[in-house]
Amino acid sequence: MPDDKRIAVLGAGMHPWGKWGRNFVEYGLAAASDALAEAGIPWTDVQYVAGADTIRNGYPGFIAGATFAQALGWSGARVSSAYAACASGAQAISNARAQILAGLCDVALVVGADTTPKGFFKPVGGERKDDPDWLRFHLIGATNPTYFALYARRRMELFGATEADFAAVKVKNAQAGLENPNARYRKAVTAEEVLASPMVADPLRLLEICATSDGGAALVLTSMEYAKRHVGTDDLVTVDAVSTVTPRFPQTIMDMPNFTTDSAATSDSVGPTFKQSVAIAAYEEAGIGPEDVSLAEVYDLSSALELDWYEDIGLCKEGEAERLLRDGDTTIGGRVPVNPSGGLSCFGEAIPAQAIAQVCELVWQLRGQAGARQVEGAKVGITANQGLFGHGSSVIVSR
Amino acid sequence: MPPVKTRLPAIEGWFTLDEEAPALLGSRCTSCGNFAFPKETFFCRNPECQGKEFAETPLSRTGKVWSYTNAGYQPPEPYVAADPYVPFAIAAVELAAEQMVVMGQMVPGVDVGSLSVGTEVELVLDTLYEDDEHEYVVWKWRPVGADRGSSNGKGQVDA
Repeated sequence: MPDDKRIAVLGAGMHPWGKWGRNFVEYGLAAASDALAEAGIPWTDVQYVAGADTIRNGYPGFIAGATFAQALGWSGARVSSAYAACASGAQAISNARAQILAGLCDVALVVGADTTPKGFFKPVGGERKDDPDWLRFHLIGATNPTYFALYARRRMELFGATEADFAAVKVKNAQAGLENPNARYRKAVTAEEVLASPMVADPLRLLEICATSDGGAALVLTSMEYAKRHVGTDDLVTVDAVSTVTPRFPQTIMDMPNFTTDSAATSDSVGPTFKQSVAIAAYEEAGIGPEDVSLAEVYDLSSALELDWYEDIGLCKEGEAERLLRDGDTTIGGRVPVNPSGGLSCFGEAIPAQAIAQVCELVWQLRGQAGARQVEGAKVGITANQGLFGHGSSVIVSR
Repeated sequence: MPPVKTRLPAIEGWFTLDEEAPALLGSRCTSCGNFAFPKETFFCRNPECQGKEFAETPLSRTGKVWSYTNAGYQPPEPYVAADPYVPFAIAAVELAAEQMVVMGQMVPGVDVGSLSVGTEVELVLDTLYEDDEHEYVVWKWRPVGADRGSSNGKGQVDA
């Protein structure tokens, strides 16, 4: 891939996920300083700061880029702040990448961090009868797990997925996350424990639904020319694609926070689903295909959703995800490990940090620095993520 | 006997208040014919269409279950839950003519074990929550041919 189409990752950093209850800025700063230290680049050399916003921490969260920049010490860097629900982190990466590829800067810092409340995510306060996110809770009582469960049940009825398959995803990810110092839940679980946990949204149980977490993640991104000069080698981990496409009409899958789909009645044909199109755009941008992928970090908001992603990112055909799982293809040591970090299953979701954390994991895997969870010979990794209101992202990283 | 409460829609203009045969009120674009629910008011969401005028249209009253689940735990506000909380089933239902899927609660008493992808359901009005004087009603789905008793029909909806 030509250097004017890709950027280098020189540093990655994370603050461990948990329920720490401290100011989100602390987590972002810890991650940022780790990423800068890994890159060997002083903060004052950063020319562009891309923040990923949190909407649950007041004004400082809405202008996260500036919040982190001020906390690191005003340095005159240019700044942006992005909110794109679960894809906020990828949007921040995309902003930094665009600046670098346009030649407007050489060194950018991307930071996302969150402090989260306990329990189900709920809409921000007030009575808003024109806000679908407010209305879905008010009129139907549809929480996020409602949607995950609708997808899971459909897998069972269409493709013969079983509750044991969903539990096996959780068991796999818990095992991987055991060895991850940044994971919140580092405890092996058995299928029996998963299947004995309370039913939240039939067929999904408590241990199969991702929690909400505090955490922070950061990346130092640079132009290829700067990276080669700074590191003194061409052997670099690079970002080859960042897809943040919107859905295409008619969107026929029920997506959060909607309670209706588009109508397909006036369309001659229906194209790929939204989640498929997010990955397709990333592959096209990177000029590779699913067969080139060594590992993937996908958004397992539920255990069952991980299976949907296997198909959506092209690791197998529709209806074959259960076979891939049962054959051990997606376990560390298998053909194409998925969520070697432990995934959301072991992290819980820290919204603006999560898409950045996915890339951090790929960077460490591609450098061979992932320790006991290392995917041997990893050359190309892909992330996939989807959130509310038509946001999704996929990032391809290679070495 | 307690006084009969007035039945009011939980949201104005989204469904007819015909207790016997209620219907969701969607819209059709007068240019391309695209269906939408809730009603489109500003700009057609078909990207190939520049339509800005929409006709109100009742949507199909019956459909087939696309998928289903339940709410085992009480949803957070602004959901107004009964005390004590009673879990309920939720279905996403495909409407054939409109080729769209509409989510709604199932009427009380429907267990997920009695549902399948493809189960035929029909639209009813049922109580979402109540205060001292009013029952606020919303659309719910009920398996076709099921006992009508689950929709309480205690009074008439005030238009």
